[in-house]
Amino acid sequence: MRVPLSWLGDFVELDGTPDELAELLTNAGLEVKAIDRFGVDGAELPWPANLVMTARVLRVDPVPDADRLVLATVDYGADSTRQVITGAPNLFPYVDQDLGDADLWGALLLAGASYRNPYRDLKITRLKPKKLRGITSDAMLCSAVELGLGEDHEGIILFEPADELPALEPGRPLTEVLGDAVLDIDVIPNIARCASIMGVAREVAALTGAEFRPPSVPLTMDGPPIESRVEITTKNPELNPRFVALLIEGIEQGASPYWMQHRLQLAGQRPISNVVDISNYVMLEVGQPNHTFDYDLLRQRADEYAGGGPVRIVTRLAHEDERLTTLDGTERELRTNQIMVTDPAGSLSVGGVMGGRDSEIGPETRNVLLEAAAWERRGIRRTQRQLGVHTEAGFRFSRGVHPSQALLGARRAAELLRLHAGGTIAEGIVDHYPQPAPDVTVDLDLGYLRRLSGLDLGAEETAELLRRLEFGVDAAGDSGPLRVTVPDHRLDIEGQHDLVEEVCRIYGYDRIPSTVLSDVLPPQRGNREQSFEDRVKDTLADLGLQEVVSYRLTTPEAEAKLLLEDAEPPPYVRLANPSTQDRIVMRRSLLASVLEAAASNSRFEDRLALFEVGRVFPVEEGDALPEERERAAIVLTGPRRGSHWQAADNPDDCFDFFDMKGVVETVLDRLGLQVEFAAAEAASAATPYRAGRSATVLLAGDAEPVGLLGEVHPAVTANFDLEPATGSPVLAAELDLDRILERIPESLQVEPVPVYPEVREDLALIVDEATPAASVEAALLKAGKPLLCAVELFDVFRGEAIGEGAKSLAYHLAFRAPNRTLRDRDVKKLRRRILGQVERSVGATIRE
Amino acid sequence: MIDQLDDIEARVSAALDAAADLDELEEWRRTTIGRKGEVQLLTRRMGEIEAADRPTFGKRINEIKISLQAAFEARQEALTRAAHDAEADAESLDVTLPGRRPVLGGLHPSTLVMRRIERIFGDMGFQTYRSPDVVTDQLNFGDLNMPPDHPARDMQDTFYTTDPSVVLRTHTSGGQILAMQEQHPAPVRVILPGMCYRNEQITSRSEIQFHQIEGLAVGPAITFADLKGTLTEFARRLFGHGRGARFRASYFPFTEPSAEMDIACFLCDGKGCQLCKETGWLEILGCGMVHPTVLRNGGYDPEKWSGFAFGMGPERIAMLRHGIRDIRYFWSNDLRFLRQFQRFV
Repeated sequence: MRVPLSWLGDFVELDGTPDELAELLTNAGLEVKAIDRFGVDGAELPWPANLVMTARVLRVDPVPDADRLVLATVDYGADSTRQVITGAPNLFPYVDQDLGDADLWGALLLAGASYRNPYRDLKITRLKPKKLRGITSDAMLCSAVELGLGEDHEGIILFEPADELPALEPGRPLTEVLGDAVLDIDVIPNIARCASIMGVAREVAALTGAEFRPPSVPLTMDGPPIESRVEITTKNPELNPRFVALLIEGIEQGASPYWMQHRLQLAGQRPISNVVDISNYVMLEVGQPNHTFDYDLLRQRADEYAGGGPVRIVTRLAHEDERLTTLDGTERELRTNQIMVTDPAGSLSVGGVMGGRDSEIGPETRNVLLEAAAWERRGIRRTQRQLGVHTEAGFRFSRGVHPSQALLGARRAAELLRLHAGGTIAEGIVDHYPQPAPDVTVDLDLGYLRRLSGLDLGAEETAELLRRLEFGVDAAGDSGPLRVTVPDHRLDIEGQHDLVEEVCRIYGYDRIPSTVLSDVLPPQRGNREQSFEDRVKDTLADLGLQEVVSYRLTTPEAEAKLLLEDAEPPPYVRLANPSTQDRIVMRRSLLASVLEAAASNSRFEDRLALFEVGRVFPVEEGDALPEERERAAIVLTGPRRGSHWQAADNPDDCFDFFDMKGVVETVLDRLGLQVEFAAAEAASAATPYRAGRSATVLLAGDAEPVGLLGEVHPAVTANFDLEPATGSPVLAAELDLDRILERIPESLQVEPVPVYPEVREDLALIVDEATPAASVEAALLKAGKPLLCAVELFDVFRGEAIGEGAKSLAYHLAFRAPNRTLRDRDVKKLRRRILGQVERSVGATIRE
Repeated sequence: MIDQLDDIEARVSAALDAAADLDELEEWRRTTIGRKGEVQLLTRRMGEIEAADRPTFGKRINEIKISLQAAFEARQEALTRAAHDAEADAESLDVTLPGRRPVLGGLHPSTLVMRRIERIFGDMGFQTYRSPDVVTDQLNFGDLNMPPDHPARDMQDTFYTTDPSVVLRTHTSGGQILAMQEQHPAPVRVILPGMCYRNEQITSRSEIQFHQIEGLAVGPAITFADLKGTLTEFARRLFGHGRGARFRASYFPFTEPSAEMDIACFLCDGKGCQLCKETGWLEILGCGMVHPTVLRNGGYDPEKWSGFAFGMGPERIAMLRHGIRDIRYFWSNDLRFLRQFQRFV
């Protein structure tokens, strides 16, 4: 809502600068997003007082040999008059006319001042004296666009004295007459009453303590009575509680007075004609949208379809399959929950939203039926959404305009039509208001006010704050509740909590004290999931990996890149109204997200070590809500180490399977979990990993894996456009954090530091190639119980010396007893036992 | 013979000074004060000395030995140091060559900012509570006092799923209801971090997903003054103690009274600049007293309980704080952006 301060000043005395006023309003919830200044200090195009001024046009003469130029003589308050050459078409009618009574004024700009040049893309240009047709021209009469006021460059500004303008004198600085500051206020839903100049004025009055001056709306009605000529029926008062109609006859269409055009322009509306401008002006000023119908057309339709009688306006729900072409030229299919303004011949307009094309006033219209009605807000909102139409009227009605405003708006519009469109108002007002809205009263308990606000206000002080907003307040003593009557322009007060806000707002949020929570501290529960996830993220970052965060919206195709073969896509949570075609479903895979991140970075970097911890959204066919699972996904590829000037380039030193395994082991070990790995089932098309190079992650004792890791199949990396460094595989891992969380031990148990020294021995075993290292290690540990305390694999060897199909595994073994120092013969004995057992269990023989 | 001793001492001392390196010094030692050296051998000539002079002769030899030994040690130390210095010169480093840095990992800026915010509120007794991303229309709107056709629904562009009753949450506020229902009838003090979604055009200023951190306190005596005090303290801890904060009236359907908290612009300190759009203030969070309807939906009687709630966007805070011009950086996962946050302090 754009609020010119000169207009606002009609209803409330304004003190202080525009900035101060803006701050006051912003703090009270009417956020001023910007202040636009016109002509005055701080404007983009200021009008210097001695160079830009009002000037009275005394005479207009033709310029010899120049059809498209005239010479205007103006009085601008100096000792002598001045002659100005102009091509303004709206001065041509005055050529050689006697201007004695015209009282015609323009905006004169003298050389040295700057203007917006319409012939140079509105660039701010300084006016220099020049010669035209032998006449020196060192001044110009300006159009609105040249002064930075609007878009109109059809002609120069020409205006007449008016009550709405400061007194006109030759040479009066133009800033004093047309200069202004406009507040651009963000009208949030609960201050819909402020989508009008009057509404903002009410707030200013309440905040500053100045008096609010409601407009006086006298009405001169001297036309033949409206009664018996117009009848109103409302079939759905719950949707259309009030309908006010006035008849204005004999209007003459033309331009509206300049002051009105000026205010509309400042408020962001384009002036069109007096009838349209007045309708818009009243909507902006009072907040009551209104509509004008061509009365003669309605009359004709009444004669044709109802055989004469009065014009009968009926508001009713649209019929099945009813259509209406609205004034934007669109034919609209109506729904049976939308309320229409109709006559016996059909629909005239979509109530409260948009008029119909056929009943619109045209250039020939002389008699106007003016409608100002009240419409229920939810219905209007629904209709706007259904039709996809958003109008200024609909904006206001959908947020709520109190029915009391209809009469005020109707009266104001009718009188302006009489004054500025030359009409005569028919005697009488048709005001159909079958169930007037009752006064709303709310009891405000002072204890509640204190409890909610933290303010300790007495009854009188509270009443005074509310009265400033025109609430009626009856105090029932100092302890009892205040009986508060809601003023009839407000629809937003439903309970005493709403009044608490009004008291706080007018008291000033900044004056409310700041206190420390003294309320009882609730049980402190912590958040196990969160701290555990933080632990996972910290461990991965400590290991040199970078966290990424991806869109949780993706496409099934993007996730199908993980598969080697085409497959039926799984069910997804799917958007009904996606904003872009690459974000249409909630992701099921976190790995796809991280592979995408790796791919986009692989253009810049060879070494990539990335992870993401976040949600995936698997859903069962037919379910509306998905499961939300926390997952971690990790990707490694490229050189294992960072580059350094000293390191020789070693292309073979890339991340491999065991780097990824080490990362997964460390993450789980730091959560206190025992973990086992098993070769994943022969690669299936359902996983992105290479056969023989992937493993499942099992928590000790579990059959169901909590994760998967391995080397990504080259076909899959190609699907993702991920180009790893030459010779480097891409490793990936995925962990199901929800399942892992369930198994994390509550607390870490510390083992005592050993007292007796350990004895170390090395042992190399030859086993069949197919025997997994993990089973050899398990066999060693089992055989060495209880004195064998650690087994560490330090070499794997294959070669002629041990023969084909076999491998040698070399271990450091450590033996220790809890209660004595082991002797050589203890160890020798144990070693023999171990060798015997591992030969039987895994077919291992000692490598001599 | 005794007379010769002075000459011998002078000659040997001179030879010591002449030793140029540790090898020559060692040769000197061997031939002089070594076991078979000249000076040691002098003792054997005691027999040549008259008995009466022997004590004087012996004493003098001892003096010479001690003095030469001390001079030797001093010379040895000097030559050793010189040798070390020479060695060091040969092995000196160009200390300006780059160091060998370990490759560091790092956390995403959203994680870093959210942790900081969560920690500040954690210190005040606000526990983290998590709730789902995909929720019913009822939880996202209805329970929060936004029935269908409520004008406040225009304030947010919602992603609907193919089931019209299910939406992607537009705010974490719905989690308030779940937290209240779960913790009822105890008082509540929680913060709710999470991803939220809005159907917007993706531009440098708007995204279709963003994090939000919502806060909720419900108790028998919580006031608007407590809301101001708690959030002012939060702003001081997050943005520095000197940073001014203001509260202004606003509107949210689920709070009444409602407010926005602004802090004085980092860039211009409140004078007005491009960052704060000439207002001097930066909008940081929305807040207010929990609406009676919302309290009731959470299971609390508004006649006996009150509470406050607030919500903020960690990405927006990170943008303002770190001069990030484009919100699209956050989910682009460009390492050239993310790595800069290794210096986040």
